[in-house]
Amino acid sequence: MNTPGHGQEERTGLGTFADNLRKVPRRFIESMFRTGRPDSDRSRNDFVFSNFFLHVQSVRTHRWSLRWSTTWGLGMVALSSFLIATVTGILLMFYYKPYPEAAYQSIKDIHFVVPTGRFLRNIHRWSANVMVFSVLIHMARVFYTASYRKPREFNWATGMFLLVVTLGLSFTGYLLPWDQLAYWAITIGANIAQSPREVTDPIGLTPHFDPGGLQKLLLLGSDEVGAEALIRFYLLHVMILPIALCGLLGIHFWRIRKDGGLAKPEDADRRLGGPDPEAVPAWTAAPRKTWSLAAVVRGRTPAVGAGAENTVPSMPHLFYAEAAVFMLTFLVCVLLSIVSDAPLKELANPNVPENPAKAPWYFLGLQELVAHSAFAGGVLIPGIIIVGLGLIPYLDREKKGTGEWFGGPGGGKLVAWSAVFGLGTVLALEAIAIRFGWLRQWFPGTPQLLITAINPGTVLTLIYGLYSVYIVRRFNSMRAGALGLFTCFLMGFLVLTVIGTWFRGPNWDFYWSPSQWPGH
Amino acid sequence: MSTHSEPSPGKPSRLDPEAMPRRDFLGIAAASMAAGACGFAALGAAKLPKAAVLPSAAKKFKVTLPESLPSGTPFFPEGRSVVVFKDGDRVFAMSTVCTHLGCIVKPAAMGFDCPCHGSQFAPDGTVLRGPAPKGLPWLSVRSAGGGAILIDEGTVVPPGTKETV
Ligand code: HEM
Ligand code: FES
Repeated sequence: MNTPGHGQEERTGLGTFADNLRKVPRRFIESMFRTGRPDSDRSRNDFVFSNFFLHVQSVRTHRWSLRWSTTWGLGMVALSSFLIATVTGILLMFYYKPYPEAAYQSIKDIHFVVPTGRFLRNIHRWSANVMVFSVLIHMARVFYTASYRKPREFNWATGMFLLVVTLGLSFTGYLLPWDQLAYWAITIGANIAQSPREVTDPIGLTPHFDPGGLQKLLLLGSDEVGAEALIRFYLLHVMILPIALCGLLGIHFWRIRKDGGLAKPEDADRRLGGPDPEAVPAWTAAPRKTWSLAAVVRGRTPAVGAGAENTVPSMPHLFYAEAAVFMLTFLVCVLLSIVSDAPLKELANPNVPENPAKAPWYFLGLQELVAHSAFAGGVLIPGIIIVGLGLIPYLDREKKGTGEWFGGPGGGKLVAWSAVFGLGTVLALEAIAIRFGWLRQWFPGTPQLLITAINPGTVLTLIYGLYSVYIVRRFNSMRAGALGLFTCFLMGFLVLTVIGTWFRGPNWDFYWSPSQWPGH
Repeated sequence: MSTHSEPSPGKPSRLDPEAMPRRDFLGIAAASMAAGACGFAALGAAKLPKAAVLPSAAKKFKVTLPESLPSGTPFFPEGRSVVVFKDGDRVFAMSTVCTHLGCIVKPAAMGFDCPCHGSQFAPDGTVLRGPAPKGLPWLSVRSAGGGAILIDEGTVVPPGTKETV
């Protein structure tokens, strides 16, 4: 009132108050951006630099990384579905009670009584499935584009942990409804943890050294699935594993940035055919901060020595693409939730097993193997696969084909042939086992130890292994061997999962269609 | 401070090295003790997930077999995963928990079938068809007086052990 500002007409105190009040929303939004709205290239960069959430990503993104065929957005789908599952999961926690019977009743309440409860539960269930699925194919895309190579080996290793934690999240969540499906799937799972006894028992080691029994005990907190197991699974599901996942994701994303963005072929710039004629040359945008800080990272990145011409500002190009993937993922989860309800069977009954008792779909391939030997199918082969996958980037030290689909010696043709070989082998073995049975039917009295060693699962693993040794020698390349082996295992996983899901009925017998299942 | 001859300032000789400064020594000692304490605490905490007494329901229970139960016909006590047989004036009991992955077996023409992965067991519990690695365990049975028997699910006895009651 006494000292009006520059060029401002004199105002009453009340007038200023009203004026300021009117401008609060706009000023609030302005205050969120430390550097003003992102409407020029420079302010867009500052927008990224000065934003806690965005600075994990680089201010400029290479055009190669933005091509759909580079990633198919799969990592982002995995992240999006995790975020969706986290939000819906927290909402479900308002009503869920982790105690037997009460758990079942609370899920029933959520499903039938709580407003929007069924919808939330459906989205939670579906986003969890989408997450597992997208993590698996994200891994496959990273593998097939050879994007795990130096300096990205460690991020592949981090990814292995992400995979295990993702499966763990899903598995622990499976028990929480405490219905028949949950109870028997977890009973089977816990006994798989105990299955090293299949080996320690016949050689009389169990009383002295019993890793299987210990694993089951630690998992369940008891020798059967009960209240202790439920609270353990609950704690893992809502606290321990999500926190672990967040920590690992932090490393995963940080390393992507520090490893120089996504992997790309050495001649990516040439293939893209020079910068977009409309792109603003990166070096002349008169930045307050020099590009050397932002666009040229340490020596190993393909950007060294080159300008940033083939890069575009991450805001909006990358962030809009990420937002689009998020929205698409959300849309898919919502649509699936509208058309299909999450299952809820009868209350868990420890005296009457569900028949057939099926694990979640991504474990049904293993369940198919477990039907011959719990230890081989549930512990040995998954262990070999996890360790084998983890070793890939440390064994394949080649350069050729990085960042290219099916890159490396042999290429797409090798992958196609391996797919045929892998499919043929697994189908043949399964056909034999289903039609003619296995050792115990042929030679009654075969000791289990022999079946643990020789069953369709181990035979399949062996054949695939020998095949890849042959490929390594034929092409004189580790990458070619890896392409062959990965493809074979992918086919094996696919076929076993399909059989376990759609062709197995009561007593784990083979049926061409569920309509042929005997009524039970 | 030091009792021995002064080294030339700033130039400790190899024969007469400078003693570790007291502050450094105390710092290192304190840090390693703290680390040691944390280590022991962690070791202790590692025992947490395994309770000393398992919180499972009582394993022993009493049951009275019906007078008219014929020899060789399975009898399933209510709410237990156990099957009891009479053999003349003797009885024996087996667990009905499949030795493969813990499903509950059901009586069938040949003995018992497991619904989960198709294991089959003979009436005496031996494996007829995989993937079960072992036969159904026989359980301890004792007379509890008054026609009742006491079954202990926690005590496995050699197959063929029958009790006169
Ligand atoms: C919760 C699970 C996971 C999430 C949310 C996630 C997320 C992402 C994202 C957003 C990217 C950026 C590029 C893209 O979208 O493909 C990425 C890259 C990468 N991921 Fe994952 N990921 C997960 C699991 C895995 C797994 C299981 C592996 C492999 C074992 C893996 C290995 C990698 C590698 C090596 C890269 C760098 C690829 C390149 O440079 O082109 N990740 N991840
Ligand atoms: S649990 Fe009985 S056959 Fe698998």
